[in-house]
Amino acid sequence: MLRKHRSLFALVAAVAALGASQAQAAWTLNMTQGVTSMSGEIYSLHMSMFWWCVAIAVFVFGWMIWSLVAFRKSNGAVADTTLVHSTKAEIIWTIIPVVILVVLAVPAARTLIALDDSRGSELTVKVTGYQWKWGYDYLDSGVSFFSTLSRDSNEARQLQSHVDVNGVHEYLRDVDHPLVVPTGTKVRLLLTAQDVIHAWWVPALAIKKDAIPGFVNELWFQIDADKPGLYRGQCVELCGRDHSAMPIVVEAKSPADFKAWVKEQQDAQQQSRLLAAAKTG
Amino acid sequence: MAHSAHTDHAAHDDHHGAPQSFMQRWVLTTNHKDIGTLYLVFAGLMFFMGGAMAMVIRAELFQPGLQFVDPQFFNSMTTMHALIMIFGGMMPAWVGLANWMIPLQIGAADMALPRMNNFSFWIMPFAFLLLLSTFFTGGGAPAGGWTLYPPLALQGGDSFPMAMFAVHMMGASSIMGSINVIVTIMNMRAPGMTLLRMPLFCWTWLITAYLLILVMPVLAGAVTMLITDHFFGTSFFNAAGGGDPVMYQHIFWFFGHPEVYILILPAFGVVSEILPTFSRKPLFGYESMVYATASIGFLSFIVWAHHMFTVGMPLAGELFFMLTTMLIAVPTGVKVFNWSATMWKGSISFEPPMLFAISFLFLFTIGGFSGLMLAIAPADFQYHDTYFVVAHFHYVLVPGSLFAIIGGVYYWLPKWSGHMYNMTLAKWHFWLSAVFVNVLFFPQHFLGLAGMPRRIPDYAVQFADWNMVSSIGAFGFGLSQLLFPYLIWSCVRGGQKATAHVWEGSHGLEWEVESPAPYHTWAEAPSLALIERGAAH
Repeated sequence: MLRKHRSLFALVAAVAALGASQAQAAWTLNMTQGVTSMSGEIYSLHMSMFWWCVAIAVFVFGWMIWSLVAFRKSNGAVADTTLVHSTKAEIIWTIIPVVILVVLAVPAARTLIALDDSRGSELTVKVTGYQWKWGYDYLDSGVSFFSTLSRDSNEARQLQSHVDVNGVHEYLRDVDHPLVVPTGTKVRLLLTAQDVIHAWWVPALAIKKDAIPGFVNELWFQIDADKPGLYRGQCVELCGRDHSAMPIVVEAKSPADFKAWVKEQQDAQQQSRLLAAAKTG
Repeated sequence: MAHSAHTDHAAHDDHHGAPQSFMQRWVLTTNHKDIGTLYLVFAGLMFFMGGAMAMVIRAELFQPGLQFVDPQFFNSMTTMHALIMIFGGMMPAWVGLANWMIPLQIGAADMALPRMNNFSFWIMPFAFLLLLSTFFTGGGAPAGGWTLYPPLALQGGDSFPMAMFAVHMMGASSIMGSINVIVTIMNMRAPGMTLLRMPLFCWTWLITAYLLILVMPVLAGAVTMLITDHFFGTSFFNAAGGGDPVMYQHIFWFFGHPEVYILILPAFGVVSEILPTFSRKPLFGYESMVYATASIGFLSFIVWAHHMFTVGMPLAGELFFMLTTMLIAVPTGVKVFNWSATMWKGSISFEPPMLFAISFLFLFTIGGFSGLMLAIAPADFQYHDTYFVVAHFHYVLVPGSLFAIIGGVYYWLPKWSGHMYNMTLAKWHFWLSAVFVNVLFFPQHFLGLAGMPRRIPDYAVQFADWNMVSSIGAFGFGLSQLLFPYLIWSCVRGGQKATAHVWEGSHGLEWEVESPAPYHTWAEAPSLALIERGAAH
């Protein structure tokens, strides 16, 4: 008896451990709340939409299920064939949805207008989409680099590589050089592309926009001051064979750390320029 | 001949008047019923072909990592799956149902333009032969997505001109088909069959046909510009030459949004036929259903850019398209409420067509909810181009349009074949489909919200669990569909004889002719009494 219980307990513990090991992101059901000033607002818009839909569903599906149960022929229901029209009912179920839509549209429009306002940004980075990598140019400081899929992901993703991708660090979501930005600062991105249309998206930043060859799109975000860290996303506009292999990693640092990072990059770039000049000269 | 409800003729006159030779009967035919059958059989073949591609997609997505196909081939699969399902499956299936049912329902002897009818069908097999042959070209089949966005679409190799020409052919076929529907409904109605006495299937198809006529030329224009950009050095969509790739998207979606209603409006019609029959009660709010359909048709022309909220439109544009898109919920809501009110105080029985119609009601509404969420532009920035969108449009297209098509076939099959089918097996078909379609598509909402983009052959490991569930649902759904052709085949070959009315609660002219419907029907227009009896709203 005891033994039986013990093995049961072991099984439960094993399942729990398995669950815990996968728990960081697996079986995710909902959108991230994000880490920017706007992402929380978008999340709450999303949730309020969701709950409105649930409320409407409870009413409509409840009505349908009621009918399906109560008016079964097998239950002896006799059809009321005179019930074919009701102007009153039709007016009610036209007006109520309109009212609900207005209630939903007001906060949505407000958020949309706020998202459009990129004034007062303190840092501008030009983002260029290529088949299949991203290029980042810090227009204020001259730092620029490409950001490509990390080497071990790239090896593992080949057809029949026989690499267990579960063992690869951040499989398909890791890059060699992340985009580094300061927290608590309004950052503006200018998006364009070199070849075909790509799209730049990091869910935690709640922004997504197309990178279009020959055109420049603009978007902005401001990561909360207390939320430094690594935020991951990827290209979301079909851009050819390796569309799934151009991830985006944003590394948010405190403004002081960011400044130090820029200095470091500038020095490194200066050094390599001098080296190149020395070689050719 | 016009009214022979009670006769139980022997099999010999099932097709009386039908030509005996195969060539005459099936290739050169101008008979609306035979052309309807050809369309439906063709659509069935295409559904299974597109379904096989979906199976390849879901097999590759079963686990993270690449197991079976090259990413380029995977992209061909998603592209061709969509093109085949939309243009080869859904649209021909609706045209097939229109061909079979519209003349029967309005008391016409045939479609108005029978030779064009034959032509518009026979374009389709060649268009799809051409499209499918691109798999054998260097570089493989088109892989830039069914939306054919430039510049990516222009990177296609030899497949590009072939696919473009195939799209042109499909467009020509659709335009001819829709002209035929409009002319038939406008000119061939039996005396006394006023527009507002028509069954709702005819109404929804009439509005659909207008949408088709208005937007297929727009698609043809977009495709032609792609061709000239590719081969003749124009720069419609090339910024380097002064063009704009986003302009293509505007033109495409000006076609594309009405197109999705072309796929769903006839489904509204079929459901509006089935629900009253098995609730034994006339459709609630017939006229408001007609107005709601027309409003949806109109709105479909002013919402297109909600497919492109992320291209960087001006704020005013985003606001406009967000608000107009939200507005669609109103007439769609009217429809759902009217359907619910149709069942209210009815006497409901659960034959296979009704089961499919009821699940349409529930699951299409779920697709409508996610559609409403997608309309909210700021939230759409999070949903756009993720699996949330994939879940949304599959909910409205599979348990939406496809279930309506299947329901329609189960509803009218006894009328076509003269036999009842195996009800038990058809109910199995329903329950398996209804369960697996949710296992297949519901988890895709979660994947999209968690951040998984569409159209990727491989994904980060945090998406693995729901992808596996979704793939299991896909295999189950795919396998259960094999019951459908088997059921149809055995029903055509034999079975319990169907009566003229087939169903206890059926109303309308198509139920006033014997089953199977004779080769020529309504050579003599139905009487006014018959029309009034049919139009019981």
